[in-house]
Amino acid sequence: MPQMTDERVRAGLTREEDLSLLHEVSMKTAGVSHLEMCIQCGTCGGSCPAAQDMDHTPRMLFAMLRAGMREEVLRSNTPWICVSCYHCVVRCPQEVHIADVMYTLKGMAIKAKLYTDSTAPDFSQTFVDMVETYGRSFELGLASRHYLKHFPLRLPSMTPMGFGMVTKGRMPIKPKRIRHMKQLNNILNRAKQLELTS
Amino acid sequence: MNKYLFYPGCSMESSAKAYMQSMNAILEPLDLQMEEIEDWNCCGATEYLGINLIPAYSLIARNLALATKQMNGTRTVTAPCSACYLNLAKADYYMQERPSLGAKVNEALAAGGLQYTPGTLEIRHLIDILVYDIGLETIRSKVSRPLTGLRVAPYMGCMLPRPDYKHRWSDHEHPTELDDLLRALGVEVIDYPLTTNCCGGHMTQIGPETAFELIRRLVADADERGAHLMATVCPMCQMNLDAYQGEMNHYFGTDYHMPILFFTQLMGLAFGREPGDLGIGAELVSSRNALANIGVEVPVTQEPAAPRKKDEGLPMPRRWTKHEGKEAVK
Amino acid sequence: MSEKKQERVGVYVCHCGSNIAGVVDVFDVASWAEENLKHQGVVIAREYKFMCSSLGQELIEKDIKELGLTRVVVAACSPHLHEKTFRTAAKNAGLNPYLVELASIREQVSWVHTDKAVATKKSKAVVAGAVSRVIENVPLEELKVPINPNTLVVGGGIAGIQAALEIANAGFHVYLVEREPSIGGHMAQFDKTFPTLDCSACILTPRMVEAGTHPNITLMTWSEVVNVSGYVGSFNVTVKKKARFVNEELCTGCGICEEKCPKKVIDEVFEAGLGYRKAVYTPFAQAVPKYPVMDRENCTYFIKGTCKACEKFCPTGAIDFKQEDQLINIEVGNIILATGYDLFDARRVSNYGYGRLPNVFTSLEFERLSNAAGPTNGNIVMRDGKTTPKSVGIIHCVGSRDKNFNNYCSVICCMQGLKFAHLVHERTGATVYNFYIDMRTAYKAYDEFYQRVLEEGTLFVRGKVAEVTNAARNEHERGKLIIQVEDTLAGKQRRIPVDMVILSSGLQPRADSKEVGKLFGISCSTDGWFTEKHPKLDPVATMTEGIYIAGCSQGPKDIPSSVAQGAAASARVLDKILQREVALEPIKASVNQEMCSGCRICNGLCPFNAITFHEDLMVTEINPALCQGCGTCVAACPAGAISGTGFSDQQIMAQIDGLLLRNLEPVGV
Repeated sequence: MPQMTDERVRAGLTREEDLSLLHEVSMKTAGVSHLEMCIQCGTCGGSCPAAQDMDHTPRMLFAMLRAGMREEVLRSNTPWICVSCYHCVVRCPQEVHIADVMYTLKGMAIKAKLYTDSTAPDFSQTFVDMVETYGRSFELGLASRHYLKHFPLRLPSMTPMGFGMVTKGRMPIKPKRIRHMKQLNNILNRAKQLELTS
Repeated sequence: MNKYLFYPGCSMESSAKAYMQSMNAILEPLDLQMEEIEDWNCCGATEYLGINLIPAYSLIARNLALATKQMNGTRTVTAPCSACYLNLAKADYYMQERPSLGAKVNEALAAGGLQYTPGTLEIRHLIDILVYDIGLETIRSKVSRPLTGLRVAPYMGCMLPRPDYKHRWSDHEHPTELDDLLRALGVEVIDYPLTTNCCGGHMTQIGPETAFELIRRLVADADERGAHLMATVCPMCQMNLDAYQGEMNHYFGTDYHMPILFFTQLMGLAFGREPGDLGIGAELVSSRNALANIGVEVPVTQEPAAPRKKDEGLPMPRRWTKHEGKEAVK
Repeated sequence: MSEKKQERVGVYVCHCGSNIAGVVDVFDVASWAEENLKHQGVVIAREYKFMCSSLGQELIEKDIKELGLTRVVVAACSPHLHEKTFRTAAKNAGLNPYLVELASIREQVSWVHTDKAVATKKSKAVVAGAVSRVIENVPLEELKVPINPNTLVVGGGIAGIQAALEIANAGFHVYLVEREPSIGGHMAQFDKTFPTLDCSACILTPRMVEAGTHPNITLMTWSEVVNVSGYVGSFNVTVKKKARFVNEELCTGCGICEEKCPKKVIDEVFEAGLGYRKAVYTPFAQAVPKYPVMDRENCTYFIKGTCKACEKFCPTGAIDFKQEDQLINIEVGNIILATGYDLFDARRVSNYGYGRLPNVFTSLEFERLSNAAGPTNGNIVMRDGKTTPKSVGIIHCVGSRDKNFNNYCSVICCMQGLKFAHLVHERTGATVYNFYIDMRTAYKAYDEFYQRVLEEGTLFVRGKVAEVTNAARNEHERGKLIIQVEDTLAGKQRRIPVDMVILSSGLQPRADSKEVGKLFGISCSTDGWFTEKHPKLDPVATMTEGIYIAGCSQGPKDIPSSVAQGAAASARVLDKILQREVALEPIKASVNQEMCSGCRICNGLCPFNAITFHEDLMVTEINPALCQGCGTCVAACPAGAISGTGFSDQQIMAQIDGLLLRNLEPVGV
């Protein structure tokens, strides 16, 4: 995909929709995001336990949102590395809902198909599929499906652990299904037609 | 009899069976009753929120809506899992903070004949109930086998004390609830600065190298400070630190052996229950050696009040207390 | 409308350049008023470019004289700005100044609207309201009260000392009241002052001595104001002089009692908790006055009934265990509040570890640590009392610019952090890091100081520190405090191991600032700082006549600004004293005692303590000299027994009728 936005930003050009990127992300975030209040102090990037594995610190991502760099933001691995530990959230001096913004960016990246590594989106999707089938999470199904696809080479080293979990009765072989699966699916199907815009 | 509505969460019937078993073992002595929400569903963990917002919140809210149907005499929902606790609390809070979210979620719930008014329920974690409703005094009074001599790293994890929408905890970074509870059991609680650091969350599934590093930090620090074991309050933390400890050792070439137990298992032991009744032994990193420390019969004593050594050098400021914090905010 | 003689009203619509005329059709408003408000008595309506100019004023004066106007409405800016101007113009032309009304069509119309048609229509309504109201106005006379030339200064920090000295040097008497045993305030605790690195004590103590010995200053330390009544010109103040248990007549300040006292206590105030004092003590060597105080809570004699070592050894027999608190009444004409600030409690930022990690220090602790007269004789050492740090991290904005704590910038912390960096560098040669969000070094010679500290090799990291931890991740970090931060200019998270961390804590209002504000009848901002009359043009006056504020009680500021405010407040007081009497605005509330039911609802509401209740008659009375005309009691009175001159029910109802254009003849807008 062409790096249109980047060139445009370098050339000092911004389009209307680029400038509205920050607003769009803010609107799509649960709660009141306070994203526009960021003062670029770096509390989030300093707090993050996984910052060393991120393309950009959260702070940089917010600056890029302001600059309208849609593609780069959505391609960034940062939201996927976020472990939702909320250290940044409680420390942020401007009360930005950073972790929730990360969820929003993940959703936008999936919609725009802009993520670089599919491991995380696939895991989320597999998890969601399990929940939508059984109403509960099914760890064995989830783990085996996910590992087979993404970490086949790690399976041998995983085996003792998996074996241990199963023999110690911590990983049931059969999934549990809730009784009113249909009700849950009706709710989720209706929910999928709705979007948070205002 | 103190009755609460109960949202177990998926792990309690699988990977965290020991948590469920040990919790059940301490309910009776503490005169607690947990009424399970009927036909509850998964809270979506940290996965659903990243895929699709309204369905994610609707998924969570279905549980809240179901719980309101069982509200006879109590409006408190207890969750033993930190991730479930956070998701339930978050949905309740954001549906109120962002009314348009609340309206959309209710529109979706209506398709299943359900409805939830945010603020109706009070969402609390198991340890919150134990420390603030039951109280440390009562807990202390039920201790028949003080865990004297057991050195424990208190591990609160992240999703319990943060973001703390309803200001339930003494602190976001260094809360004292778990420390206090463990001390009431006679445990020697070590100073553990990483108590609210992250266990890696879902990164064990999607970016194991990242997760291994987070696990290493927690285990290494507890080990270095001489902990016999770590006590957790969350199935995900237990799973990551326990089940992935071997892989982490393999990845870094280290040889840590840090057992991870649920705090309820330690409570059960202190209340005189046998390890087998508490799911002890289900952990992958065995706690056998660590618990040998309490195999020794120790006479019931008061909480150890070690005489403080007189400080040399410059005096330290007084420790911060929650009470003081409220004063200062005024 | 009662049968009254028809008033002759003049209406003057101001363009205010384009401020009003840009949005409001001022010509239309004037001609509309002249035509449609004729039946109300409008005999002339004019528009003019700047009504506040001398030509504009002359226009009004000329009309008053030539057309025999009995009422004037000026449609212009807010009364806050030019009410006085137009009242003076009316007075010059022989009209009672209180028969002039301002219709605010700038702040309330042109500045808040963009649609010209709507704005013009609204202006007409505002003008109609003012016309209806001004007809109900009655002539008022100002109240003149004499000024007592004595002044009370509350707070003996540098701002209060400065204010007291200026007034005393001008020949008037000052009561300087200080809560602590000595004057000097926070400045006495500092070692060096930025940006010149003057020795704090060297520049402060001469002022303290001067204040202590000045014939025009009555120094009252270890004392607090407990009651204030009266009004500008004649305040009656009660000061509680706490028992010192030391007879000041006999004490020579020799210090033997302190030396012999067996009780050692952590000094939470002067030594910021970093050092010790005795139960009987003078907080520091240069204390003014020199007399010690006895701390009743910690004195062994008061606790156990035996000891009295101080009494045994005192060579002049000055120790007096029987002393009691005294209440002293003083009368003053003006009051200056210079009550200072509290340091933000850094324990609240638990991720910085203060109170948990021994080698994290607050700014005030560091001031004592670096002070030659402090607990370590100026040796910058770690909490063990002996080890010199090899690396030091200084964290800015602790508790400031943070919605979790205080939202405002504490002003001094950047410069303070730079000063600390310099002192650490100079005295220990340690590697110094400064962590900042924005470097704020405005004002004379401040940025040059920043340059100097850069030159000395201090390492600056732009990023708000996320946490200070003792959880080492590797050998390199073991035994250190690790500062975890995003270096926002490098775009990377860094972990920087250091031996010592200094928190540049912010300033916050005194814990009791709101109660003190209420005591003196002045208001506080939501944060708790005292509110000035105007943030730009009247920074040391308050909304209460005769009460002035100076120094950090008004908001965070450094020493030069505090001194400037102390001097400014004293100038305002001297101006009042030299006028000998003061004219009070005649906008007052009064009680119709026939209608007063004695319910006392109004009694507790008055922010100026102007209301007294007569138990014998069961009625309330308002002291006109104290009343500031705020109207709180008027609105609260359930019996409608209280009315405010200038804001009578008739005036208000007439104005509302006018605003709704009910008084119009059916012509329409």
